[in-house]
Amino acid sequence: MLDIKKVREDFPILKREVNGKPLVYLDNAATSQTPQQVIDAIVDYYQNYNANIHRGVHTLSQEATDKYEQARLKIQNHFNAAESHEIIFTSGTTHSINLVANGFSSFIKKGDEVLVSAMEHHSNIVPWQMLCERTGAILKVIPMSQEGELRMDVYDELLCDKTKLVFCNHISNALGTINPIEEIIEKAHHVGAAVLIDGAQAVPHLVADVQALDVDFYTCSAHKICGPTGVGMLYGKEEWLNKLPPYQGGGEMIAEVTFEKTTYADLPHKFEAGTPNICGGIAFGAALDYMNAIGFEEIAKYEHELLEYATQELLKIEGLKIYGTAKNKTSVISFNIESIHPYDIGSILDKLGIAVRTGHHCAQPIMDFYKIPGTVRASFAFYNTKEEVDVLIAGVLKAKSMLL
Amino acid sequence: MDIKEIQEEIIDEFSIFDDWMQRYEYMIDLGKSLPLIQEEYKTEDNIIKGCQSKVWVHAELEHNKLVFTADSDAIITKGIIAILIRVFSNQKPQDILNADTQFIDEIGLKEHLSPTRANGLVSMIKQLKLYAVAYQTQIEK
Repeated sequence: MLDIKKVREDFPILKREVNGKPLVYLDNAATSQTPQQVIDAIVDYYQNYNANIHRGVHTLSQEATDKYEQARLKIQNHFNAAESHEIIFTSGTTHSINLVANGFSSFIKKGDEVLVSAMEHHSNIVPWQMLCERTGAILKVIPMSQEGELRMDVYDELLCDKTKLVFCNHISNALGTINPIEEIIEKAHHVGAAVLIDGAQAVPHLVADVQALDVDFYTCSAHKICGPTGVGMLYGKEEWLNKLPPYQGGGEMIAEVTFEKTTYADLPHKFEAGTPNICGGIAFGAALDYMNAIGFEEIAKYEHELLEYATQELLKIEGLKIYGTAKNKTSVISFNIESIHPYDIGSILDKLGIAVRTGHHCAQPIMDFYKIPGTVRASFAFYNTKEEVDVLIAGVLKAKSMLL
Repeated sequence: MDIKEIQEEIIDEFSIFDDWMQRYEYMIDLGKSLPLIQEEYKTEDNIIKGCQSKVWVHAELEHNKLVFTADSDAIITKGIIAILIRVFSNQKPQDILNADTQFIDEIGLKEHLSPTRANGLVSMIKQLKLYAVAYQTQIEK
């Protein structure tokens, strides 16, 4: 059993007040809060061994390098990658996706097809559109149902020998849908297409085993999983990472440089130009330690209870509609009440100390699909409580009575 | 009344409210009751896209004074627009250019005019001032 009282003690920010009310933080899908253990790792780095890594002969540099590379191993273990050099540190999911999209420019030709799901975050749409513009490839969309589930029957029809790449999120940030990525990957491989899975929303809720999935690329950001912002990772199969050209040039990523010719460093450094976010990488490792110590089975079980309870209570509110009712979903609830604008509900909830997201959640195609300007999104983490769900419900009722 | 006087009048009106809820209720009522813009002006051209709520603004010059009409699809935003229109509409372009929006702070609605608030209001005020610049030039000709 997850000891919620003890867990909440780990998060100093949960003790603060907002607008004179205790903070109820339900915007976890945007960013998660940071436990003391991760804050300590950040402080420890700057207080005790801040140094540039990889080439320094002095002790601090060695210590920083060791800790940074240990973090890479922690990430490797967490995602069960075959090799540590298949883990590339990036600034986050968006950076990771751009790195792959940019690299694929050299393999994609006019008339090739790339498939993207209808429920992507803009960061998993725009880089591929740019790739298609550069190469003349065609972007096709795997549609979704009213419930917010991918139309796998249409996916089967879209796949053909022209398909070179498939992109899909593991979990939709706007709807919470857990996509059937095993099936997506297997079917894409049948036609020889590579697959990138955006795991940004999945990592706080479940553990992806990249070898079992046989996925070509998997990516996430640390700040969704109790780590700091500005750091994330890209997993790529070794054969792909060797094939892809470097993304950015600079220090760290070279083997030898002359003005005539530069040879690139081996993996993973080939993709890690410049001084990285050293502290961020180390704190990312600390965040994984923290989450694994609590245990993802416990987390998933607890969050599912919160989701069921919140869904049941929200649906008691007359006129409230939930968007994204997939059978398989995580603790994200997107909703609207009648014709009330989500911005209005969000403004009143904020006054009550409740943090939710309002708007299109960087997934405008989903909003266009439902013909709405946006939604109110409450997203729950393992440190939220049923009492906080009750506060949300009371807040939504209050907002409704004021606005209707 | 000039802009400053109207602003002070609004500050007076808001001073009777004890808490945020009364202020919001008042604004929501303003937002609900006021027809702010004629449908024909709710065009794509007149739209100021904030991140979340849409805001429309239309301006006309009448007797050397600027008359604004505006609207939003979010009701709280619309309420604030009603207040801004009351302050800035029917004023000389030069006076609009010289005016500030400090009074919004004093009536406890500061957060809605923060540049980071994705409601389109900051862009709306910028647009009002841009209209004022344009019409001021027209008058000077």
